[in-house]
Formats: sequence, C-alpha cells, structure tokens
Amino acid sequence: MSSKRLIARLDIKGPNLVKGIQFEGLRKLGDPHEFALSYYKQGIDEILFVDIVASLYDRNSLDEIIRSVTDDVFVPITVGGGIRTLDDVKKALDSGADKVAINTAAIKDKSIITKVANQYGSQCMVLSVQAKRLDDHWEAYYDNGRERTGLEIGEWIKEGYELGAGEILLSSVDRDGTLRGIDINLVNYISSIVPIPVIVGGGMRDEQDFVDAIKYGKADAVSVGSLLHYQKSDIARIKKCARDNSIDVR
Amino acid sequence: MKKATIIDYGIGNILSVKRAFEANGAEILFASSREQILESEHLILPGVGAFAKGMEELEKRGFVDAILQYCSMERPFLGICLGMQMMLEESEEQGNHKGLGLIRGRVQRIQEYDENCNLHKVPNIGWYSLDVLKKDKVFEHYDQDNRVYFVHSYCAHVDNRENLIAQYYYDTAPITAVIKKGNSYGMQFHPEKSGEVGLEMIRQFLDI
Repeated sequence: MSSKRLIARLDIKGPNLVKGIQFEGLRKLGDPHEFALSYYKQGIDEILFVDIVASLYDRNSLDEIIRSVTDDVFVPITVGGGIRTLDDVKKALDSGADKVAINTAAIKDKSIITKVANQYGSQCMVLSVQAKRLDDHWEAYYDNGRERTGLEIGEWIKEGYELGAGEILLSSVDRDGTLRGIDINLVNYISSIVPIPVIVGGGMRDEQDFVDAIKYGKADAVSVGSLLHYQKSDIARIKKCARDNSIDVR
Repeated sequence: MKKATIIDYGIGNILSVKRAFEANGAEILFASSREQILESEHLILPGVGAFAKGMEELEKRGFVDAILQYCSMERPFLGICLGMQMMLEESEEQGNHKGLGLIRGRVQRIQEYDENCNLHKVPNIGWYSLDVLKKDKVFEHYDQDNRVYFVHSYCAHVDNRENLIAQYYYDTAPITAVIKKGNSYGMQFHPEKSGEVGLEMIRQFLDI
C-alpha cells in the first residue's frame, strides 16, 4: 500500500491556538508556534493551520504565524480559512505555506479551484469540504459549517477534482471537536469516487480511529486536532497503532 | 559561509527552500538574471506545478543556456521536484514538452494502477524511504529507515542507469527519486520539507 499521513490540525483565532466544538464555542489552548514545533519534533507528517474566524470577518491573518513557524518547522504546511482570492493564496504561499485549503470561496465561485491549480499546481489546491448528514445523504456546508450549499457531497467533490483540486480535505460537521469518532461510511464513499488523495478529519477519539479511517474508510491521510492538543493520545502512539495494523507510516 | 543561489522564475516555493538552506548556515541569493546564475557557487532550481509552464518561465527569462553552461562546468546544481523533472529531455505532461536535457530521459505520468491492480492515488503524496542504489556524498548519512516527502503526479525515467542514484517504491512499483550527472543532482522529493533528514541532505550538498 502507499504511505499514509498523520496531519496535525491547528485552529487559529488571532494569535491563539483554539479548539471548537462542532464549529461553535472556542477554547484558547496556547501559542500555535509552540504546538507546531512540538508536533514537528514528535514526527508529525504535515501541519494544517485553519483561520477559523477569517471567513466571518473577511480576512486571513495567519501569515505572521506561518512565517515564524516555517523558520524551524520543515514539514509541509497547509493553510485554510478565509482564502478567497489568488492574492490570498499568494500571501499564504509567500509566508511559507505549501498548500491552501479552500471551501467557501470555491462554493461561491468554483473557478478559483482552476485558477489556483493553473497558477500553483494541483498539489497546492486542497478542496476543503464540510459534510453534514441530512436524511439519506451528505450535503456540503461552508462558512465554517454554518451554511448549506444544497450540493450532494460526492457530486461537489467530483466536480472539484475535475476543476483541478489535487487533494480533498473532508471534515464532518457532525463529528468535529466532539471526539465521537469519524463517519467511516462518509470517508469510504468519498475515497472511492475520486482518484486524488483524501484527508479526513473531525472527531478522532483515539489511535483506532486513525486506523479505521485508513483501513475501512480508505483515507490517505488523517487530520487530528483535539486528540493531540488535549493529549488524549500522541503522535508516537498513533503511528505505532497504525504499524501494528499493517498501515505504512513514517 | 556557504553561498547558495536559488533560481527565481516565478514558480515554486522558493521561500521554503531558502529557509532550509539558511537553517544549514548558507547565505541565499535569488537569481533573477543569467549573470547571477553563472556566478553561483551552489545553484538550486526549485519548482512545483506543470512542466510546460516551468520551462516556459525559464525560457522567457533566458535562463536555459545559463543553467546548461553552469552545469557543464560541473558546479554543484540541485533540481527539486519540478526542477528535477526539467533536467530531463522531455515530458509528456499536458502534451510533449522539451526540458533542459541535462540528463537523458523523459518524464511520464505515474502509473494509475500497479501490477496488482491497486489504484494509485495521483498525485502521490507521502513520506517514503529511499532505496539508494549508488554510493554518493549527499546520502552518506542517509539511513534506510529515514523517509522523505514526495508530492508528484509525474516521474522521471532516465535512459542511463548510471544517472539513477535512488528510487522509492509506491506499492511495488519503483519510482525515480534521485538522479545525477557530474555534480548536477535532481531530487523528486522535497528535501526542504523532509524534516531533519532533508536538512542533512542539503547540508551534504552544500559541502560539495
């Protein structure tokens, strides 16, 4: 099999690392740089920074944090939250980010997917999708899980791939921050309909969730937040559990 | 202090590369002219994205001859990711396009299915360990268990096995990881994003 990745997700509000529960209610956890550096030293594969108020207040202010983090953290960095224009993308990449994760802006104008892919390459363009279960299907949400799109998740993701997205970042609005486990059916469904890597995140309770996301969900990477920030588990334990389950990890 | 020059042709994560070289104590210059390329002590060609666009940007700036001239003098050169792919003669990405031709071979898409019919997600993104095939200074301290970070949809095929320094395995399929001719190196992975392992390779390269 191919090598799978463990990605640390850091939600940022202003200068702080925060954590939210189901996209509402935030708790301050500390200095993002310190957390990022600590995870880097522990062997994290990638780090994802999400500016969680950017899409509300029309800005993306992560640049300073990214700039300082990339001075001593040498693993791939993805930036998301309020990335709206090619200029926002440029600013993120100029600060040191390698990829951008875009949700709301793509919902409002899907041509941004192609623009980013053409300018910077598909590998830079991560389509971020927030899925919420509705009756018998999942719908794509935006504005940090607040707004409905009316789009069935599979159709939207397939379109995103066709427009040039190089990776999918799939989160569950229902599970995020709840430590209730991931939605395996959702992950499996998405992993099987596009030929690009799928990162799944939201609701990881323990090491076994990482294993399940990959073995049964067929995800290529898993992003974890609360699990690491609250020290319910750590990078070494998650990776050991993966190896014990025949998953190839670094 | 070691000096390293990064070719600035409007493409690629030059800042990340700069930081990784600076972390190794190098002084970084960005080359935006032919003269700056020719004056380099260690020349780096980074790059992400499409081959055709990369070559177009190099040609637009008149950098191609300068790069070829620099490399012919056996001065240390490092192509990273797209930069490595452009070292070859041609690529089939988005049609047929000519590369720098520093090393004989071509760039082709990573096979979508391996021989066991496992679907390969493309781009292949992940950390893999290298199968180093030849003794080389840059990999002197490389340990079999160490991994480096790859993200690519296309891969290099060299004509001459002599130019193949290392490969990695995606399932069972071998994929070119490092190519070399003279003192011109090409790395498919991103040493500047591969943690301490990558930084060490950069250190070794700076020592050439």
